[in-house]
Amino acid sequence: MDYTLLLIQVLNGLQLGVLLFLVASGLTLVFGILDFVNLAHGSIYMLGAFVCASLTYALDSYLLAVILALPIIGIIGYVFEVFLARPLYSRDHLDHVLGTFGAILVIDTIAHLIWGPAGIAIPLPNYLDGQIKISENIELPTFRVLIIIVGLLAAFGLLWLVNFTRLGMLIRAGASNRTMVSALGIDIRTLFAIVFAIGATLAGMAGMLIAPITEASLGMGNNVIITAFVVIIVGGIGSVKGALVAALLIGLIDTLGRAFLDDFFKIFMSTAAAENSAPAISSMSIYLIMALILSFKPNGLFPPRLR
Amino acid sequence: MQFIKPLKFFILASLLVFPILFNQIGMSFYLDLATRLCILAIAAVGLNLILGYGGMISFGHAAYLGLGAYAVGIPAHHWLYGGLDFLATTNGFVHILIAIAISGLFALLTGLICLKTKGVYFIMITMAFSQMAYYLFVSIEEYGGDDGLVINTRSEIPLINLDDPIQMFLVSFSSLIFFMWLVHLITKSNFGLILSGIKDNEARMVSLGYNVYFHKLIAFIFSGIICGFAGVLLGNFTTFISPEMIDWSRSGELMFMVILGGVATVMGPLFGAIVFVILEEVLSSITIYWHLPFGLLLITVVLFFRGGLSSLFSK
Amino acid sequence: MQNILKIKNLNKNFGGVIATKNLNLSVLDGDIHAIIGPNGAGKTTLVSQIFGQVFPDSGQIFFQNIDVTQISEYKKSRLGINRTFQITSVMKSMTVSENIQLATDKIRENSLNFFTTFTNKNYVLEKVDFCLGQVGLIEANNQPVASLSHGDCRKLEIAMALASDAKLLLLDEPMAGLGPSETQEMIALLNKLKGKQTILLVEHDMDAVFALADRISVLVSGEIIATGEPNNIRHDSKVQKAYLGEA
Ligand SMILES: Nc1ncnc2c1ncn2[C@@H]1O[C@H](COP(=O)(O)OP(=O)(O)OP(=O)(O)O)[C@@H](O)[C@H]1O
Ligand SMILES: [Mg+2]
Repeated sequence: MDYTLLLIQVLNGLQLGVLLFLVASGLTLVFGILDFVNLAHGSIYMLGAFVCASLTYALDSYLLAVILALPIIGIIGYVFEVFLARPLYSRDHLDHVLGTFGAILVIDTIAHLIWGPAGIAIPLPNYLDGQIKISENIELPTFRVLIIIVGLLAAFGLLWLVNFTRLGMLIRAGASNRTMVSALGIDIRTLFAIVFAIGATLAGMAGMLIAPITEASLGMGNNVIITAFVVIIVGGIGSVKGALVAALLIGLIDTLGRAFLDDFFKIFMSTAAAENSAPAISSMSIYLIMALILSFKPNGLFPPRLR
Repeated sequence: MQFIKPLKFFILASLLVFPILFNQIGMSFYLDLATRLCILAIAAVGLNLILGYGGMISFGHAAYLGLGAYAVGIPAHHWLYGGLDFLATTNGFVHILIAIAISGLFALLTGLICLKTKGVYFIMITMAFSQMAYYLFVSIEEYGGDDGLVINTRSEIPLINLDDPIQMFLVSFSSLIFFMWLVHLITKSNFGLILSGIKDNEARMVSLGYNVYFHKLIAFIFSGIICGFAGVLLGNFTTFISPEMIDWSRSGELMFMVILGGVATVMGPLFGAIVFVILEEVLSSITIYWHLPFGLLLITVVLFFRGGLSSLFSK
Repeated sequence: MQNILKIKNLNKNFGGVIATKNLNLSVLDGDIHAIIGPNGAGKTTLVSQIFGQVFPDSGQIFFQNIDVTQISEYKKSRLGINRTFQITSVMKSMTVSENIQLATDKIRENSLNFFTTFTNKNYVLEKVDFCLGQVGLIEANNQPVASLSHGDCRKLEIAMALASDAKLLLLDEPMAGLGPSETQEMIALLNKLKGKQTILLVEHDMDAVFALADRISVLVSGEIIATGEPNNIRHDSKVQKAYLGEA
């Protein structure tokens, strides 16, 4: 086995994992606290990528673009909450699903109108585009390492926010007892909108981080959202910690499966058979894992105690 | 008869007569439209069985349409290009059998897991499994992967020629009537009564002694098979299949039809399909960005207009 | 007379809260056996354990001399035990008749009947009429349950329990939330069943209990502190101190 390759692939898996976490954490927060299903979360991820791309060209700096794009996406999330999510809180999940499905169509088409059908690549500044030399023959791409670090920082920041701050305390209290929080003199609706905006910002950030690697494109949101669903189902809907564990697990399994499953299959089947079946199996691997985990733990790995 | 009231009969009769008339005066476009409408309506009828009558919100039913279509395409592909001899055939009955078997099996296996869960979990897991089918077909190069598979020969059924658009339409139309009638029967049967009981109050049904999980699973499988059959027709109609047909936005459109038409009604899925197909046709002829008004409409319907179309008709 | 239900040394603990403590109980065939006790005494938990919705930590439950301790609820109703709920639980969007149809064994046994309007239609419909007649809801037959008053819903629950042909009915506070006149109706209704139907009746309303019960068990903090005929219970000093006196 080639250990350099393995290391690179593990790194890729972690990178996918943290990005998935950034998307999934917003979903799981919004569901856990607001009991709201937001299919359009992937579209916000896509908007993050496009807004960041435009700003990068306008400002000629990726870094500045990200710094400016984050609050923009946060505001979009806030507006989304006020106009679409809020009227639907009192409805059942079916209405959430249909309403936000409509929102996807609207947001995606608007993105199509603004940015056109082709993807937009984002150039990286030189200092992010290089490699980090680990040892004599191992070099890691700087930007990927950065994604992982930023993603993990965001993850721990979020865990800290939810578990150890006053805002987090209010959020958790608001989830279990809405009247109690209102009685504290806090406007519960603003609180919920803030939660929504935080979730949107995180998803947008994931889009901004991935865009320099894959480019910003129209279908990206709809691809990521299902995987994010798998993550929060496996993690336990509503649990931020569960989302983190599941995101890393899913990211690693998906990446390593695609990279090494055929080699693994060759151990016990013919080369041709392995090369034929490996892509099919690895493309399904995360769903199979999800099925496996659910048959033992129908509420996911870390079902939140609240509900 | 309860099954069809006069107004509804009129709608069905127009759906049968006008497309053929238009076709005779050279506007074959409307016949194609009506065929597609019937096929989508069959899928919506299948989805309505569990969504409307059983309260199971599946967001993955496009997968069955895809499975049914591939059940036509794959045997036809091998018949033409060789390989997998046991599958290679253009016999329509075999295609239908394969479609029923595969969609039934897929419903059974995924249903075993999905139905252990409720609410949002169920919505998301059905979605995830249909996406699994999507990626499966994307990854199989032999069947065209991403690009899809052209079906060179339509299913062969004695006395019927699916290459003839009028016959294709008649087959789709009569299948639609058949499945509407079948689902109507089911919902009026013991099983249907139990299914509505489960939708209404699952816990109470358990204490009344029903094996709720099992009954839901059966309904889930039925529903999958009906959509699988619609897939066979769709494959024959478009003579082309691609994983895009399984994409979850297709499942969303099916749900839209069922909800807009009015859940748990016989005609609802048909109304929903009519509105959807007309909207799609009208809007997309005005602008290639037809998803924008369509999405806005969907949001408007959800926010302000509940109960579906057939609630207007039943008054 | 024979025991239809016998409970031996039953214990149930909810993370520290003792809901059932070393409980022994026998219900005689044909009796209306009332369980009384203050709020939180563990009455509902006892019913749920008998019915198999909650499983005891230890102890045994015998129904017609068969150990049914570990048998889950959906099989219990097939054995001939049925229950009603303290908080009304019916199929709200369906009609009164459909609710009762679902409770009959004929529908349950032919649950995989897909294509015909139900088998034994006449038998089932007669049963529906009979049960509705028993509880006095016959006019409501084809009304949606959602349009019923709370009192009528409580009656519907009794009718559903009757339709199941259960040998043992567990009624969890059938008078809960009823006004005075409705309570009288419910007492009269249950009185009609007296002698024909074995009932374990959980109830707060003392007048109802003393009017109906053949035997009474008093449950306090998960323990049965006395069992006996109404007169004996009324004068039992332990009961007066622990329960009646406090009211
Ligand atoms: N699922 C549960 N989890 C934890 N505690 C429970 C549970 N069910 C019941 N309890 C507790 O067990 C005790 C007995 O409850 P139970 O509902 O059986 O009382 P009850 O006699 O029916 O009261 P009431 O007269 O109010 O209906 C209570 O303290 C209750 O809080
Ligand atoms: Mg109680």
